[in-house]
Amino acid sequence: MSTRESLSSLDVRRSTHSPLITLVGSVVLVSLFSVAPWIVPAWFASILMNFFILVIMATMWNLLAGYSGMVSIGQQAFVGLGAYATLFFAIKGMSPLAAIPLAALACGVIALPVTYLLFRLRGGYFSIATWVVADTAMIIIGTVAYLGGGTGHYLPGLSNFDPVSLTHVQYLASWSVALVVVIGTYVLLRSRLGLVLASMRDNEVAARSAGAHVTSARRIVFIVAAAGCGAAGAVLAISQPFVQPGNEFSMSWTAEMLFASMIGGLGTIEGPIIGSVVYFVLFQWLGQYGAWYFIVFGSLAVGIAIWQPRGLWGALRDRFHVELLPVGHWVRERRSAK
Amino acid sequence: MSDAPTGESSVVLEVSGLSVHHGQLCAVEDVSFSVSRGEVLAMIGANGAGKSTLLRTIAGLHTPSGGSISFEGADISRLAPHRRFARGISLVPEGRRLFSSMTLEENLLVGTTKGARGTFTIEAIYELFPWMRERRRSRVWQFSGGEQQAVAIGRALVANPRLLLLDEVSLGLAPIVIERIYDVIPRIVAEGVTVLIVEQDVGQGLKVATRVHCLLEGRTSLTGVPGELSDADIERAYFGASLHDSERRAGGGA
Amino acid sequence: MTWLNIVIQGALVGGFYALFACGLSLMFGVMKVINLAHGDVAVVAGYTAVFLAPKFGVSPLWSFVVVVPVFALLGYVVQRTLIQKSIDRDPFTTLLVTFGLSVLIENLLLEVYTANGQSINIGSLIGSSFQLSSTIYISYVSLVVLGVAVAVLGALQIFLGHTKTGRLIRAVSDDREAAQLSGANYRHIFGIAAGIAFATVALAGIAYGMTTEFAPSSGVTNLIYAFEAVVVGGIGSLWGTLVGGIAIGIAQQLGEHINPEYQVLAGNLLFLVVLAVRPNGLFGKKTAPS
Repeated sequence: MSTRESLSSLDVRRSTHSPLITLVGSVVLVSLFSVAPWIVPAWFASILMNFFILVIMATMWNLLAGYSGMVSIGQQAFVGLGAYATLFFAIKGMSPLAAIPLAALACGVIALPVTYLLFRLRGGYFSIATWVVADTAMIIIGTVAYLGGGTGHYLPGLSNFDPVSLTHVQYLASWSVALVVVIGTYVLLRSRLGLVLASMRDNEVAARSAGAHVTSARRIVFIVAAAGCGAAGAVLAISQPFVQPGNEFSMSWTAEMLFASMIGGLGTIEGPIIGSVVYFVLFQWLGQYGAWYFIVFGSLAVGIAIWQPRGLWGALRDRFHVELLPVGHWVRERRSAK
Repeated sequence: MSDAPTGESSVVLEVSGLSVHHGQLCAVEDVSFSVSRGEVLAMIGANGAGKSTLLRTIAGLHTPSGGSISFEGADISRLAPHRRFARGISLVPEGRRLFSSMTLEENLLVGTTKGARGTFTIEAIYELFPWMRERRRSRVWQFSGGEQQAVAIGRALVANPRLLLLDEVSLGLAPIVIERIYDVIPRIVAEGVTVLIVEQDVGQGLKVATRVHCLLEGRTSLTGVPGELSDADIERAYFGASLHDSERRAGGGA
Repeated sequence: MTWLNIVIQGALVGGFYALFACGLSLMFGVMKVINLAHGDVAVVAGYTAVFLAPKFGVSPLWSFVVVVPVFALLGYVVQRTLIQKSIDRDPFTTLLVTFGLSVLIENLLLEVYTANGQSINIGSLIGSSFQLSSTIYISYVSLVVLGVAVAVLGALQIFLGHTKTGRLIRAVSDDREAAQLSGANYRHIFGIAAGIAFATVALAGIAYGMTTEFAPSSGVTNLIYAFEAVVVGGIGSLWGTLVGGIAIGIAQQLGEHINPEYQVLAGNLLFLVVLAVRPNGLFGKKTAPS
């Protein structure tokens, strides 16, 4: 079989189904979630709000680890810095909502020099070093009296909302940031950078020798993930609305984003979202028994990492050949071709 | 295709219908041969013919996708490398692969740790390669290629193997150094060790071998006794075909 | 005199960090794996000494005699099962799994034993110290811990350098495949290395419990200091780790002297500065870790 023959018998497509279905489905979903706080009970809207915060974080962690192989266990650094940047701008008189993009930007800017230190280490050493960075950031912020020091500070600038509209604003902030982050990640992965990342994932040495700018791709991803986690931190600050080092810089944020993306499936857009759903289902179900929901969640993640490393979504996709938000291409043999 | 064992000598290694895949790529396809006690079998073939893969599979570093390997009558196809080592199979890997943080003597000591006792003691290796005694406390990464190769052979020998597998020992060495290394092979065989060597350097292989097995694109292309094979036979088996045959080969190649 | 005191107290703590870190270093050297749950193993050993050992009639002071061998065995078993399973996948999975284990252990300890501080009761020994000068006191327990750390590092050095098993461990660490060809069962060797790592960090955990209070989160914080000691000293060098530990210890004492809030920060900053100007550490090999 000649090369031309074999190529023409292959069908290359992004999606397994018509893009129209994806588009209509997306529009319906987006509209539903946008009006949710007015139609669902307040307790459920509050769960949804926290769910979106986790989706943002897990999507960012998945971009780091699932697509670029960087296991950061110090992402709480950027969650915390994002929250504190928001607090800083709010104290200066800015609306916390307007501060969200600025907080994300600040985290991205801080992440740039950090990469020059962290990228000297690889694998596990990189991981623990991210942890040191987070620890350091928390200690430094805790010494700044202007931002409330170790005891924390109330987030100003939200007092002009009445309690009901405040919950709506909080919800919409987290929903819209989640939407931007997920769509942004999707677009990013379908860009040239996504191609470089895919080639890195297959074979880093080959990608390097083929001229792919592996280190710059990593750096961009780290900065984007820092900005995304910073936005999550900003939303977190708005949702609480109180900012305290021990909470915003908590290791548990990283544990949650890591477990959620592992359970859902690393290296897919859908995975972290599904993992976040699992988290909140467990929380609703076992939340009254203390930290057990979290222990179950973590055990599930460890088990999945060992026995089903493609996660829940990966398993589903392999089984049913569906893809909602394709970033790769499907290649299959054309039936008509003999 | 497999050679029937002759009556007087016992079969040490019997490989039958062996296939090995690296992912989608078939590196060795349906290869059969046997080696009897005291023989030196030279496995020759061009780069990428599957010789090294074959040797590594015998040592247990690759899992065969088909066929079987038996050693002294027992099937060892599924044994881990260290179990095959314990049964008396030592591989001198391509590229020497010495323990770079260790001294010469420590490298040999590692070989003795799990190996059998026998004629090849560390002292015997120093007799075989007299220069080693003086440099036994030096770290091996400072050694020349030929010296490293000698240490690698010594490390395999101190385990007193009954089957010694040598993978590309001449690679990257000067002719005079290759000569010196090959000089010791008859002395190893004299101790009753069966030797299977893989060589790209056909001349060198033919010189020491009692039998030759040629691989081409993963398959057996020729077997025989060195003296009885013509240069043309070997050339055809080695390169696959003379130039006019190349069309046909491209059609049949996997 | 204060300066001398800072150096002495820093060195005493540094010995503990080195003891805590040597297993982390060993496991990385042999199986190229960072066990992110390394610190939590120490804390579990501490809880075992406090809560479990007395049930078997073992006094807290001598609990290490039982706990350390048990943890060596535990290390072997955990390596041969969970960690080996993830190594068989890839190094990436190992990080995810050991991080997951770390979080799980911490949360389980919180559920069972709460966040309250615990310590291993060694009676009046805890307060006893001798006076070096009018302002410098040296605690006997801290001195013993430093001595134990040096002894453990020395024993480890001799074991790796001069025993058959030690040589096989080094062989596997140099070239896993070549070691297999020399008869080493690398999975078993991995198990032994993990056994040593668990035993030494269990000893460190008990030593920690004797000198101060520990809580479920202590594992994570001490792992950071131990890790800093490893990187500052140079990855792959046992004695480098001791020097790195002492350097981190002194930096922390210095930070604390300036402002108690800066104790941990000073250690972290030293680590980041070393990473910036001398990424292979003080005694590191030429090649960067990868």
